Amino acid sequence: MKILVTLKRVVDYNVRVRVKNDGSGVETDGVKMSINPFDEIALEEAIRIKERGEADEIVVVSIGPDASQQQLRTGLAMGADRAILLETDQWVQPLTAAQALLNVVEAETPDLVLMGKQAIDDDCSQTGQMLSALWGRPQATFASKIVFNDRRAEVTREVDAGLETIAVELPAVMTVDLRLNEPRFVKLPEIMKAKKKPLDSKPLAELGLSADQDFEMVAFEPPPQRGGGKTVESVAELVDELKTRGLL
Amino acid sequence: MAKVLIIAEHDGRSLSPATAKTVQGAHGLAADVIDVVVFGDALDAIAQDAAKLAGVTCVRVVEDASLAPALASRLAPEVVALSEGYTHILAPSTTFGRDLLPRVAGLLGCNQVSDVMEVVDARTFKRPIYAGNAIVTVRVPDAISPVLATVRTASFAAAAASGSAKVEAASAQAQDPGHTEYVGAEGSSGEGPDLSSATVVVSGGRAMGSSENFELIGSLAKKLGAAVGASRAAVDAGYVPNELQVGQTGKIIAPDLYIAVGISGAIQHLTGIKDAGTIVAINKDPDAPIFEVADLGLVGDLFQLLPELEDAL
Ligand SMILES: Cc1cc2nc3c(=O)[nH]c(=O)nc-3n(C[C@H](O)[C@H](O)[C@H](O)COP(=O)(O)OP(=O)(O)OC[C@H]3O[C@@H](n4cnc5c(N)ncnc54)[C@H](O)[C@@H]3O)c2cc1C
Repeated sequence: MKILVTLKRVVDYNVRVRVKNDGSGVETDGVKMSINPFDEIALEEAIRIKERGEADEIVVVSIGPDASQQQLRTGLAMGADRAILLETDQWVQPLTAAQALLNVVEAETPDLVLMGKQAIDDDCSQTGQMLSALWGRPQATFASKIVFNDRRAEVTREVDAGLETIAVELPAVMTVDLRLNEPRFVKLPEIMKAKKKPLDSKPLAELGLSADQDFEMVAFEPPPQRGGGKTVESVAELVDELKTRGLL
Repeated sequence: MAKVLIIAEHDGRSLSPATAKTVQGAHGLAADVIDVVVFGDALDAIAQDAAKLAGVTCVRVVEDASLAPALASRLAPEVVALSEGYTHILAPSTTFGRDLLPRVAGLLGCNQVSDVMEVVDARTFKRPIYAGNAIVTVRVPDAISPVLATVRTASFAAAAASGSAKVEAASAQAQDPGHTEYVGAEGSSGEGPDLSSATVVVSGGRAMGSSENFELIGSLAKKLGAAVGASRAAVDAGYVPNELQVGQTGKIIAPDLYIAVGISGAIQHLTGIKDAGTIVAINKDPDAPIFEVADLGLVGDLFQLLPELEDAL
């Protein structure tokens, strides 16, 4: 089995993102960048599948600026075999990302595409579903457990009502949730070794995708702030306050 | 003028409250027509509930055994088949809508607005990004039709049950792609109010320490008629099942009263409770970030304070 894993370069989840004063975007200068945490879980899963002997090749792909090579190198150090970068400085919207990935899928013919269920920058949660629609293949979103059985996979999904299990035929697209696994830390020797692994970079523009479905980002603003409240000294005072506010 | 199609969410027995909130969101579009489509099998009661939602023009009922339980790959082509003539297609931003609508978008070859928190006009919407650390105003250019959007249910009240729309049967038009099969589901006991729509929620965090101790949360919630929630750390540790997680990757909720016990207040958790009416925090660390957003903060050991609180009620 060949697995394609998507890795997006995003602002690290520990960074408290701030909107620029002129409302033109968010401050990303000098901010720590990382692999989208959900994508890291997708890659970890691919590596575990390969370690179990159920896959023989893992290809990681990123769409983004040249600096995304860092995230791809980290992916290679974790255990991916090859990397592909579709390089662009534009903010890529989900449909374009899905179309670009379809291109890669058609060239690479993977049995499985593993992706994060959302990227923690735009929080759209669309690209995996769009890719599977464009590809005409099954989707299993929000996966917290994946079991293979020949050319089928049983996927347990985290849904609002609890857990749901579906079975999909391969090839398929799966988007992963947080509880699927805990990604490994990469060790120094692996980082050194990863430098020798192949990383193919080409401009996204070469694919000739149109951006005519793109939305306009009109303005960015900080969220409404909740004012800090007051500290109560005792349970009795808390209960009084809640009663005064008509909440009890 | 806008002509809106809303994809109803239900569990086979009743209409999800998320549908009523999506209808409320659609009111902001100044639409001529708001139709609701219900897919599944044996839908009479669900269709009747949808027909009562204020502002709904027509409930289109597509009954077919192959449409239940709902699978995105089966439903998406049905939505596409019905999409003709609509300017907007909406679904709730629940796991149901977030699974289905982007697949519809893929089939139609357009982008989608995720998690609409405010309708500015029929083509302009506000939505949260970066775990709610920024709000972006998105405009869908005039050339793009239909406009696809999921509606963040915590941002809208439920549409009133005061209407009487007509109910129309339609038949399934697409083929079952046959590559995806429903296997089964497991969910909570269904005891107590539903977390997504409860007016009072009591949540516990890592500090609870075990599922036995988490009973302290359950018993306080029972006394308050509240739903139980949890932080990711509490879910990861196995104290409670995943459907109780509140936050960026769990449920986004807007209860009148939210009580956070032994939860530090990580940004990903706070995203889930920004719209709560009153936030109460109980934490032994006076510097915990949860106190920055709490309306009422009580510093102390939860194992002492929770029983005291329950007694005081
Ligand atoms: C991509 C991503 C998505 C995430 N999504 C979510 C999400 O949806 N929801 C979510 O909740 N988290 C989410 N997280 C995790 C989040 O970052 C935090 O790790 C998590 O919320 C911490 O949970 P906690 O507050 O229970 O635990 P901790 O941060 O460990 O806090 C425990 C708190 O309990 C207090 N405490 C300890 N003992 C006592 C006592 N005896 N009495 C009173 N107080 C006590 C401590 O002072 C501390 O403040 C996500 C993380 C990532 C990377």
